[in-house]
Amino acid sequence: MALTDFSYVRQEMAPPKPAPASEVGVIHWLRANLFASVKDTILTLAAIALLAYTLPGIIQWLFIDASWTGVDRKACATISQGGILPDGQSGACWAFVSAKFEQFIFGRYPSDLYWRPLLVMAMFVVLLIPMLMPKAPYKGWNALALFIILPFVSFFLLGGGLGLEPVETQLWGGLMVTLILSFFGITVSLPFGILLALGRRSNMPVIKMLCVLFIEIIRGIPLITVLFMASVMLPLFLPDGWTFDKLLRALIGVSLFSSAYMAEVIRGGLQAMPKGQFEGADSLGLSYWQKMRLVILPQAIKLVIPGIVNTFIGLFKDTSLVYIIGMFDLLGIVTLNQSDANWSTPVTPITGYVFAGFVFWIFCFAMSRYSLFMERHLDTGHKR
Amino acid sequence: MKKTILSAAIGAAVLGAASAASAATLADVKAKGVVTCGVSQGIPGFSNPNDKGDWSGIDVDYCRGIAAAVFGDPTKAKFVALSSKDRFPALQSGEVDVLTRNTTWTISRDTSLGFNFRTVNYYDGQGFMVKKSLNVKSALELSGAAVCVQQGTTTELNLADYFKANNLQYNPVVFEKEADATSAYDAGRCDVYTTDQSGLYAIRLKMKNPDENMVLPEVISKEPLGPAVRQGDDQWFDVVSWVHYAMVNAEELGITSKNVDEMKASGGPDIKRMLGSEEGTKIGTDLGLTNDWAYNIIKNVGNYGEVFARNLGPETPIKIERGLNALWNKGGLQYAPPIR
Repeated sequence: MALTDFSYVRQEMAPPKPAPASEVGVIHWLRANLFASVKDTILTLAAIALLAYTLPGIIQWLFIDASWTGVDRKACATISQGGILPDGQSGACWAFVSAKFEQFIFGRYPSDLYWRPLLVMAMFVVLLIPMLMPKAPYKGWNALALFIILPFVSFFLLGGGLGLEPVETQLWGGLMVTLILSFFGITVSLPFGILLALGRRSNMPVIKMLCVLFIEIIRGIPLITVLFMASVMLPLFLPDGWTFDKLLRALIGVSLFSSAYMAEVIRGGLQAMPKGQFEGADSLGLSYWQKMRLVILPQAIKLVIPGIVNTFIGLFKDTSLVYIIGMFDLLGIVTLNQSDANWSTPVTPITGYVFAGFVFWIFCFAMSRYSLFMERHLDTGHKR
Repeated sequence: MKKTILSAAIGAAVLGAASAASAATLADVKAKGVVTCGVSQGIPGFSNPNDKGDWSGIDVDYCRGIAAAVFGDPTKAKFVALSSKDRFPALQSGEVDVLTRNTTWTISRDTSLGFNFRTVNYYDGQGFMVKKSLNVKSALELSGAAVCVQQGTTTELNLADYFKANNLQYNPVVFEKEADATSAYDAGRCDVYTTDQSGLYAIRLKMKNPDENMVLPEVISKEPLGPAVRQGDDQWFDVVSWVHYAMVNAEELGITSKNVDEMKASGGPDIKRMLGSEEGTKIGTDLGLTNDWAYNIIKNVGNYGEVFARNLGPETPIKIERGLNALWNKGGLQYAPPIR
């Protein structure tokens, strides 16, 4: 006799019941994430209160009370300040940003030649995107084009020569200079940093000492000091009448700097490698460079991606220091334009800084997200 | 490997011929085809960028005047932005040919720094701005005040002298950039803001409530602002000086950029002499320039009054009256030796 012969035994499975209301949907999410415990609830309420306190003011200032159009300071100043806005109103002066937008991007680059930086930018994007995609083919050619050929091409495109009208670096500025400096610094610092890190761990005493000296001296001086020396002292040592391009001074200073920092980041990765990896590579009969290239560095660099990106982001923001040697990067040109009496109002400086901060944030945030993506993509060895 | 890259880079970056900057600046400038002027990193009305990204201001126009005198073309001027700290090394090293960066003429700058000053394109003086709510009527009541001031300027030194001479205590709050000092004052970090009076006019534009601030009556220093050149090059020094004198003389004679052409043809003898239309004149060539040097300045840049009105005068947002900078025959100090 089978169980199914009993009339009180069910013949088919009961349909599943929906999860209780407290385990799904918005309410569950709120409970799990915002109101899980008394402490959470208090913190959530405090955060909501803080947002409610600040956000309306910020939105009001940034958008609602802001001046979007205008040709001079009158658009952004109140009546008592000599403008057209009602007294007491204070909002962002986006008209200032829009009037100066081209300067913020290109500096004082001649406006009829904007196609040159734009072309460089387009080439950069076209080459960078496949470089950033792990699955895109021809990585070697791509890297050659991006890191070796592009800098030379853009040097001539931006600076002129070979039949193009010359544009002195004195006229370069804005976001363009920020990107040039940081791209150059990043491109140079990674290979040099790797070499310095390997040199520092080398068994050859002279190489080791030179690398240690370089790293420790450069790390021991603030970037601002190096730039200042290069800008103020260097011309006094050079023969009369020799001038040394300021952008190049900044490029060299920034690259030396980031190389030293990068070396220490990479060294951290090298030190985290178990000795077995070195010995294993040796036992396969690999030469030093083969060992490093095929076994050690791929693992070591993967370990220190957050540190590398940290250095890149720091470098990107440090480029603002070139202001002290009279170059105008994005932040520098924003500050410079605050001295234009036609636009000088109480809100102009803040608006300029908000704009510059937002642009910096976009780039830094993008770098940070990309590094997270790379970490996940490369996280093969230690995944559990 | 690094060394070769570095030396190649240095080699590529050394611009222009390695000519001696100490003498014959005029010849160098003519050879380069451009006059290089040191300007500020943004001082309203003196040197600041406009919407198109071009420099404008009274110092910038002075530099364009030099370019017009030398080349007949005001666009052959190149501007190097210098902070108040690195302006002097830049001139000493020959990075700039002339410093038109509202620099105060003092004896130590004239002697120990190795510069020459002769003309003053703006007579300034240091003043104090305070909030009306402080209820202060004189700078002598400022004991214990926090004073916002820009670093590395004569302003900072005058401030120290003035308070010491009057036995007053004060807390200097020092900023590298003018803009930072002014916004700090407006935000209430200091009770007093001090700079040259031209700067006090400009800062009013940035105030939330300009009417709640007042300028104290004391003017505690003389700030003759003018161009500086390196010592030991009298010809270049003469060129730079006479550019200013030509602009001042033009205003005195009523020559403007608009009427200069008809003045050149039909003006009186002194006007014709100045504009180079006198028979057999050698004034311009003796200066190392062409005989229409002054014509070129006035035609392209304007006379002193026009330059002042365009950059600082009541028509601009800065709204500075001529005051000390009026012509000598109108109660001011602008006085130019005759061109003859």
